[in-house]
Amino acid sequence: MHELPVMQSILNVILKHAVLHRVKKVHAIGLSVGTLSDLEEEWMQKYFDHLSTGTVAEGAQLRIQWIPAMLSCDECGNRFELDKTRLDGITCPSCGQKKFSLISGREYHIRDMEAE
Amino acid sequence: MAEIRLIEIKEEILTDNRKEADNLRAKLKKTGTFLLNLMSSPGAGKTTLILKTIEQLRGRLRMGVLEADIDSMVDAEKIAASGIPAVQIRTGGFCHLDASMVMKGLDAFDLKCLDLVIIENVGNLVCPAEFDTGAVRNAMILSVPEGDDKPLKYPLMFSVSHVVLVNKIDFLSLSDFDMDVFRERVHTLNPAAAIMETSGRTGQGVAAWADWLECEVKAFIA
Ligand SMILES: Nc1nc2c(ncn2[C@@H]2O[C@H](COP(=O)(O)OP(=O)(O)O)[C@@H](O)[C@H]2O)c(=O)[nH]1
Ligand SMILES: [Mg+2]
Ligand SMILES: [Zn+2]
Repeated sequence: MHELPVMQSILNVILKHAVLHRVKKVHAIGLSVGTLSDLEEEWMQKYFDHLSTGTVAEGAQLRIQWIPAMLSCDECGNRFELDKTRLDGITCPSCGQKKFSLISGREYHIRDMEAE
Repeated sequence: MAEIRLIEIKEEILTDNRKEADNLRAKLKKTGTFLLNLMSSPGAGKTTLILKTIEQLRGRLRMGVLEADIDSMVDAEKIAASGIPAVQIRTGGFCHLDASMVMKGLDAFDLKCLDLVIIENVGNLVCPAEFDTGAVRNAMILSVPEGDDKPLKYPLMFSVSHVVLVNKIDFLSLSDFDMDVFRERVHTLNPAAAIMETSGRTGQGVAAWADWLECEVKAFIA
């Protein structure tokens, strides 16, 4: 649902860089998105296609790298992936402690674009 | 044949909104106004809790309410009837509020005369979690009938909320909601989150919530 404003935000950044680099056509856009965000790849592309019609980014393909949600153990610093299907009874696989910090999974990053 | 180049961008998405939100927080610091963003699914008890909170804090804080319930004046009218200024934001069918919409909505208030403004965000556990509204604190309501598994389905919402209110606690004995498991799930995502049990029906926990909120407000506007 919020794909629309998110894709508008991406398009704005892309168009800004397209002007800076005198781009005539954008072929692909590299994104890094955390798995905690509720975005759906298919809808992202559809909304992007809709919004970018008539701009230099029309027809550009989104290349999304999904960043897993990772926890870092507050006790020993060990990093491991969060099991989103089961948030209770989680202990550090290394030291057995139960206090963590969420260190990734909320990213919204535009890496690069392929353009001519 | 034009050559294809790889152009590095390295920008965060939604930075415009985040900047706008930071600007709003700086402005609120100047006027001495604490902004609370209250989120939940439709029907979890936001309006009811806001009315109860107003009752508790009347005379202690000068309050206002920013309403974003889609296509309805009902909630703003209910709140205005309690004697507190309430402004309805027209979201135009949007699934969430962003900082610029909040900024516009706040123009209707004289912020220098208010200590606390509560935003009743659009009823939805997905989209509002993605957009910083410029609030000083995010609060969410999870009502007991929704179930203790909601952190699994809406992890982002639980990870951005400073306080989680488990509302309709009067239903607890009738349900299979496991409070210990729920707390553990929330704290896995967000170890710093405060979790409070409330009932908009019986009033249980509302005084403790209002005290917590008053402390946060006083600390911000001091
Ligand atoms: N049993 C019970 N009902 C509640 C409680 N809080 C709200 N309600 C009821 O739940 C319904 C939805 O509440 P409302 O405040 O309008 O929810 P909102 O959509 O989140 O603003 C109303 O009928 C309220 O009377 C509560 O703590 N316990
Ligand atoms: Mg309401
Ligand atoms: Zn460990």
